[in-house]
Amino acid sequence: MAQSKDEVLAGLAGLVNDETGVPVESVVFGKSFADDLDIDSISMMTIVVNAEEEFGVKIPDDKVNELKTVDDAVNYIVSAQS
Amino acid sequence: MTQPVLKQTVGSAFTRILSVGAARGDLDVPNDDIVGPIDSSDEWIRQRTGVISRTRASANVSAADLATTAALEAIDRAGISASEIGAVIIATISNEVQTPSMAALVADRVGATPAAAYDVSAACAGFCYGIAQADALVRAGTATYVLVIGAEKLSDIANPTDRTISFLLGDGAGAVIIGPADAAGISPTIWGSDGAKWDAVGMDRPLREAFDDRDGNFPTLRQDGQTVFRWAVWEMAKVAQHALDAAGITAADLAAFIPHQANMRIINEFAKQLDVPDSVVIGRDIETTGNTSAASIPLAMHRVLAENPELSGGYALIIGFGAGLVYAAQIVRLP
Repeated sequence: MAQSKDEVLAGLAGLVNDETGVPVESVVFGKSFADDLDIDSISMMTIVVNAEEEFGVKIPDDKVNELKTVDDAVNYIVSAQS
Repeated sequence: MTQPVLKQTVGSAFTRILSVGAARGDLDVPNDDIVGPIDSSDEWIRQRTGVISRTRASANVSAADLATTAALEAIDRAGISASEIGAVIIATISNEVQTPSMAALVADRVGATPAAAYDVSAACAGFCYGIAQADALVRAGTATYVLVIGAEKLSDIANPTDRTISFLLGDGAGAVIIGPADAAGISPTIWGSDGAKWDAVGMDRPLREAFDDRDGNFPTLRQDGQTVFRWAVWEMAKVAQHALDAAGITAADLAAFIPHQANMRIINEFAKQLDVPDSVVIGRDIETTGNTSAASIPLAMHRVLAENPELSGGYALIIGFGAGLVYAAQIVRLP
């Protein structure tokens, strides 16, 4: 079932917090995973795999590198759900 | 005219690892010694890989030298004569020549002649591929004892400026003797390949391009770390569970979990996905040995047993995975 962007953001923030300890309130639109949240490539992949399960979507390996920001990830997940 | 009946052999119903030997590179290379060319730091490497230092071999020490040392220890500990060995299998990606095999050389050096001898090219899964073959050879009666070695001098094919894998790599060899047993000591092998990911990890270019390289640069290893990480944890967790199921045991029955030493974060996430109990000892040799490809599992097994001798006789889940992509897993009774 498709979720709103805010719902996906809240779920994603929880996954980021679980993996990295970054506070959920820091995971907001406009932030870069690597540059702002200091999330490395291995943690990013763990978040992606957990996001697939949480949101019921597929995120291929070649797509992961394109998800640079919180906006990229939320928009992709919302699009993939619809 | 009646056709004569062919004879076929049948060997021991059960097999096991009788002994393990190890040899690491003679040089300890801490992170600080290699961070310059990759513009990195000790902290960056520790955080991303768990590696503090890696063992590398001096210029005059070859992978075959390391293999010989490890093999002699394994033969001695097994209490057999080298002449009783029917086959020598070396898993390696760093033989100095494309032919002849490293195995033929090492078989001669350790006195295992005229044993069959050949190399296996299955990268970081190579040791477990060798165990699968040795188990089959002994149970078929083709050999009574088989010497399986994982041997690598990866520093020969590491690029000091590569940020994808080279800084992880170490040199070493681990060897085991597989032989007959009174009870099951090697579970069914769960193995396979995924050639759709052929280019996820491997050499950076083919040999023929190196022949035309005026600077004489040899091909070196590189990987797509994210692709490998996802596959190595979540796909290999399924393979490991399949191996446990095929063996008829659960993770709670294990004494040790000894995966290929690719990256500490792969090992930790792998253990989490498999729900390995805290009581199970996890091989973490990568911390000070580095990633030694085909040698990493027997080296880690040797260390686990040296630090926890009471685990002898217990079950260990071993799983190798790497370039191909290829993988193999077994449950083995620890020597």
